[in-house]
Amino acid sequence: MSSSEKISSPGLKPFTAMVRREFAGYFRTPLAYVFLAVFNAFAVSLAFFVGGLYESGIASLDRFFLYHPWLWAFLAPAAGARLWAEERRQGTIELLLTWPITVWQAALGKFLAAWLFLACALLMTVPVALTVGWLGDPDWGVIIAGYAGSLLCAGACLGIAAIASALTRSQVIAFVTGFLACFVLVLVGYGVFDELLAGLLGSAGVDEVRRLGLWRNLEPFTLGLVDVRPIAYFLSVAFAGLGLSTIIVERR
Amino acid sequence: MPLIEAKNLSKSYGAIRAVRDVSFAVDRGEVVGFLGPNGAGKSTTMKMLTGHLRADEGAAVIAGFDVADQAVQAKQHLGYSPEGAPAYGEMTVREFLRFAADLRGLANPAESVRQTLDLCRLNEVAAQTIDTLSKGYRMRVGFAQAVIHDPEVLILDEPTDGLDPNQKFEVRRILKEMAARKAVIVSTHILEEVGELCTRVIVIAKGEVRCDESREKFLARGSDLNAVFRQLTA
Repeated sequence: MSSSEKISSPGLKPFTAMVRREFAGYFRTPLAYVFLAVFNAFAVSLAFFVGGLYESGIASLDRFFLYHPWLWAFLAPAAGARLWAEERRQGTIELLLTWPITVWQAALGKFLAAWLFLACALLMTVPVALTVGWLGDPDWGVIIAGYAGSLLCAGACLGIAAIASALTRSQVIAFVTGFLACFVLVLVGYGVFDELLAGLLGSAGVDEVRRLGLWRNLEPFTLGLVDVRPIAYFLSVAFAGLGLSTIIVERR
Repeated sequence: MPLIEAKNLSKSYGAIRAVRDVSFAVDRGEVVGFLGPNGAGKSTTMKMLTGHLRADEGAAVIAGFDVADQAVQAKQHLGYSPEGAPAYGEMTVREFLRFAADLRGLANPAESVRQTLDLCRLNEVAAQTIDTLSKGYRMRVGFAQAVIHDPEVLILDEPTDGLDPNQKFEVRRILKEMAARKAVIVSTHILEEVGELCTRVIVIAKGEVRCDESREKFLARGSDLNAVFRQLTA
C-alpha cells in the first residue's frame, strides 16, 4: 500500500489524537498528581482558614471562589508551561510541524487538553460544595455558576501561559513569565496600580483598567450573575492567548 | 513527475546565508546521499523541504504538492526523521508510533504500528519508554515514525549517526528494501555510505550545490573519497 491508499479521510482523528496525547501526557509524570494535590490543598485551606468559609455560617461558596484567581494565576502557568517549551526542548516540535496537522489544530488540541486538565483539578473540589450542601441549604445555581466562572478564569490564565510557553524552550522561564503576567491581572482588579495608572490615564482610565482584573470578572459568577461581559472577557483572553501563541510557533 | 523538487531554495539566518539558490529533483527509485561538512546547509535544506522552515526564496514540492501552500497534502506523502531522531521520551515505543499513526489519520493504525514494529525490529522494546532506550533503538524509533505510513518520499537527516556497525547495517538494509518504491534523501557525512546505499550524490558546501551526479561518477572521481570530499567542499 502506498501512502495515499493508507490514509482514509482523516477528519477529526488527528485532532482527537492530539488532545488525547496531551491530556495523557500530564499523567505520565508525577507532576500531575503533585499539581492536583497542591491545587486542592490550597483551594480548600484558603477557603476555610483564610476565607473563614465555615465561621461565616453562610451556605455559599463565594469565599471559596474568592481565591481562585490567585490559584489559577499560579497553577495555570504551571500546567501550561509544557505546552510548547517541552516540544522545543525535546526537539519534537520539528516532528509535529512536519506531520500532516496544521499548527492551529495542534495548538487548539494542546490548549483544550490543558484546559481539560485544569477542569479535572476544579472538579476534585466538588466535595467542598457537597459539604456546604450538607451543612446548609445553598443555591445550587449560584454554585454551578461559580464553577463555570472559575473554569473560564482558568482558560484565560492558560491563554497567557500558552504565549509564555511558545516564547521559550525552558519550562521554568515559561512558568515564571506566565505567572507574572497572570499575577498582574490579579493585582489590577484589586486596584494595586491605581495611583500609577491615574497619573498615566486619568481616573476614568483607571476604572477601565480595573475591569480587566480577574476577580472583577469572576465575582459576578460567584453571586450567580451570568453576564455576557465577563464571559466575553475570559474567552477573549483565552483565545487571544491561543492565537498569539500559535502565530509565535508558526513564525519561528 | 519528480517526487521531490527543490526550486531555487534560499535561506538566511540574519546576515548568514545558510542556503543559496539550491535546486534539484529526485525521482522514484533514487536514494540521494546528501553530503557536506557540518554547517554546510544540509539540515537547513532538509528543513525547508519538509516544511519545518519557510524558505526565504524558492519553493519545495513533495509529490506534486507545494510544502508552503499545500502543506497538509505534501506532509501526508512525506516521512521525515530530523537529526538526532527526536521523540516524546515519556511515551512507550508503541504509544509513540500509535500517536504518529493516528495523527497521520491512517485507516488501520493498529495494523500499521504492528507492521512498523516488525519492519524496524522494535518488538522487543515496544513496551519500553523511549527515554530508557539506547541510542541505536532511539534512532530506529525515529526511522519507524517516518515510515509508518509507507510514504513515497523519505527524508532522513543523519539516520545512522552514532550507530554501531551492526545497527548501521540494519538501517541500510531496511532502506534498501523499500528504496525502489520511494524517493529518498539521506544526509550523512559518512562517505562509505555513498557506495553502499545511494544511487546518486549531492554535495553541498557553504550553502551551495557543489556536485550532483550518479554514484558511479562520484566514485570514479578518485579512490580516496575523503580527498574527493575535501576538494569538492573547499
